[in-house]
Formats: sequence, structure tokens, C-alpha cells
Amino acid sequence: MTNRLAWIATLVTGLFMMAQYFIKTEATNAIYTTLLDYYQIIFAVSMIVGGIGLLKQHSLKVQRSSQQRGYSLITITAILFMVIVAVISGTGATSPYQWAFNNLQAPMQATTFSLLAFFVASAAYRGFRVKSAPAFVLALAAIIVLVGKSGFGEMISQQLPAIAGWVLNNPSTAAKRGILIGVGIGSVATALRVILGIERSYR
Amino acid sequence: MNSFILATGVFDPASLVLLIWVLLTCGVVSYFSYRRHVSPLRLRAIPGIAAIEEAVGRATEQGKPIVFTTGWGGDIQRPTTLAALNLLRFVAGKAASYGCRILFPTHDPVIAEAAKEIIRTAYNEAGHPDQFREDDVTFVSPSQFGYASGVDGIVSRQKPGAIFLFGTFEGEALILAETGNINGALQIAGTDSTIQLSFFIVACDYTLIGEELYTASAYLTDDHRVQSSMYAQDLIRAVLVTLLILLPILAMLGVNLYKEIL
Repeated sequence: MTNRLAWIATLVTGLFMMAQYFIKTEATNAIYTTLLDYYQIIFAVSMIVGGIGLLKQHSLKVQRSSQQRGYSLITITAILFMVIVAVISGTGATSPYQWAFNNLQAPMQATTFSLLAFFVASAAYRGFRVKSAPAFVLALAAIIVLVGKSGFGEMISQQLPAIAGWVLNNPSTAAKRGILIGVGIGSVATALRVILGIERSYR
Repeated sequence: MNSFILATGVFDPASLVLLIWVLLTCGVVSYFSYRRHVSPLRLRAIPGIAAIEEAVGRATEQGKPIVFTTGWGGDIQRPTTLAALNLLRFVAGKAASYGCRILFPTHDPVIAEAAKEIIRTAYNEAGHPDQFREDDVTFVSPSQFGYASGVDGIVSRQKPGAIFLFGTFEGEALILAETGNINGALQIAGTDSTIQLSFFIVACDYTLIGEELYTASAYLTDDHRVQSSMYAQDLIRAVLVTLLILLPILAMLGVNLYKEIL
């Protein structure tokens, strides 16, 4: 019975969301906005549940005195610090919360992001090893685009940037569009399977 | 009726072509999913899908857990996330029957709750409800690189035998895939993000490209309705490809139907 109710809710909501995209009336807009508000409420509540779960999980790790106790202590301290300073002094531009965000969280995020430069190099090294015909095509296209799009390419040949542009705008874009057409059809089919209850991750 | 809808401004005429395509896709998928007489379908082998069971088995033999994550780019409403959660049902089922631990870090608390239910159900159905650990489904952080650092930390400390990266990935894709690679895990990825696909192809053992992620569950289930809907997808794609060839030829002959049809 519960499953049937869940499926009916999915069916009605799914069909409505599809219809409201095409039919714009005051009533459909109002229902759509209300549904989005409900989603925001669910998200906000689940964020609290998620935060509490995170605290609980790390508290258990601290109690178990595992080797990762230090990481867990830092996580708990950071969560509590951000919540407490936000409640006490708000989240304005000059608040301690904003200071912590700009001087602690943002540099840490930038550090993780900068790892990409090294990972791109190691991934490119593996990707450019020519072991088969497709790997050769991949390596050749990559070298043309890399050299052609850098200032160095123009020094070698005036034609190289144009060739690199052609590779990006023609074979690469064609392949991307082929994938995107498949993704578009796949998205509709997957959504439809879920709406019709053919495929569901709940039992 | 049509002219009434158009005149009242309820329906935007610019969306008419899109509406026709959506209705056509829905109609074809529904017809093939619900038709009664179905001859067995021959499915093209996709190595990435065939390797899913092998990956879970390998991790079990090594006594290591598996990691499954849906990426930072999608929320629960995104079809890619839904397709990934459908795959999670299969992966969790295999992991539960083999007695393998499954770790699910995510950036979205709603996805975390959905994943918790899927994994719990899989362990219950396998007859090992006691082996399900709620702590293994972790809401890490809503921030992109906070999430990437969290997953990297889990991979580096737990040394999983297999990693499944299914969903919508953005800048964190290569950070996750390279960390998994460095830690020696067998990695299977699948995404609809065309930019990240190239990173997955070089850093992972198997990659499901675009639509293959949506069709993966059809390979893993015996349900003919799911498989038939995949056949419908192929049929619509064939129609589109035919139009993409035919319309430029017609345009060269002076009949320009591009805007009207596509």
C-alpha cells in the first residue's frame, strides 16, 4: 500500500512537472512554486539531519579512539565553531563567520582545486601513451590542440592554431553533440521509467 | 482548441516542436515498455557494465570495501542521479550478498537519505540486515572541494577495492578518479558531463559514456519493460540521425525544414 502511494505521488508530480513546463497559467505557476518551496524545506531539514549525522559519526570516531581521531576532532570543532559564530554574530561581511570563510575555507578549497593541475599532468601522461589506434588518435588530437592553442603553436606554423580550432569545432563538437543527443533521449526515458514506476530504487 | 490555447497565451508556440518531441519520446517509450508480445532483445555488450559484478567480487576477495558516489553536480531531481541510484540498487545488492562493505559519501543530504534506504533494503533482501552500517552513508559537505577532499580522504584511508563514480561530475571528477587510481582501486565511471568524460576515460578502468549510464540498469535487470524502453530509445535516436542526414540534403535543395522539425 505504501509503495502504491509512493508511486501515485511520483506519477502525479512527474506528469504535473512535465505539463507545467508547457502550460503557463497562474494556477500551474502557483503549484510549481509551492512544490519548489516544499523541496527547499525538505532540503533544509535534511541538511540539519545530515549535519547532526556528521557530528554523530565523528563523535563516535573520537570515542573509539581510532587513528583518525584528530581529523574527527577538527571536523567537530569546525562545524561547531561556524554554527556558534553565525548564531552569535550573524553572517555579515565583517562577521567572524565571514572571516573564517574567506581565510580558512576558501584557501582550503583553492588548495584542493589546485591539485587538478598535477592530476591533469599525471592523467595526460597515461592518456597519451599510444597503445592502440584509438589511443594514437587521442594523443594526436591532444597534441595538435595543446600546441595549437598555446602561443608556441603560432611560432611553429601560422596554420596550427586554425587546425586546432578545426579539431575543436568539428570532430570534437560533433562527438559531443552525438553524446548529448543520447543523453537527452536517455534522460526522458529514465524520467519516464521512474514516473511510470517501471524502474524504482525504492521497494 | 489549439487556437484557443495559443490565443490565451497559456501555451508558448515556440515550445511546440519541443512538446511534440517530448510526447513522441514518451509515447514510443511507453508503447514499447507495455507491449505484450516481446521477442528477446540482443544487447550490445558494454564492458563497463559487465565489469560491475567483477569489481564487487574483486573488492570482496581483497577484503576491502567499495566506494559509490554520485558526484557533486547533480541533485536528486536529475535523471543522471536517478540512473545512478538505480545502479546503486544493483551494486548494493551484490555487495550485500557477497558480504562486502559499501561506502557512500555524498554532497547532498537528500541523496544520502535515499541511498541509505536503497542500501538498507539491499542488505535486508540479502538476509544480512545486521551488516548494514548507517555510518557508511555519509553526507560529507555541500561545498564542491569540501566534498572532493572528503571522498579523497575516505579513499586514501579505507583503500577500497573498487570505486563507482556514477552521476553528474564537475571539476572534482579528475581529483576523485586520480586519487582512486593512485590507491589501486578498480574504477568504473559513468557520467553525462561531456567535459569530464575525457578525464574518466584516461583515469578509470571502465567508463560508461553518456547514455550508457541510463541504459545500464536495463542490462542488469531481467525486467523486459526496462529493456524494451532502451529499444525505444534506440529507435528515436535512429529517427533523429535520419533527420540529421535528410534535413541538410533538403536544405541544399531549397526546402528548409530545420527550424520547423528540430
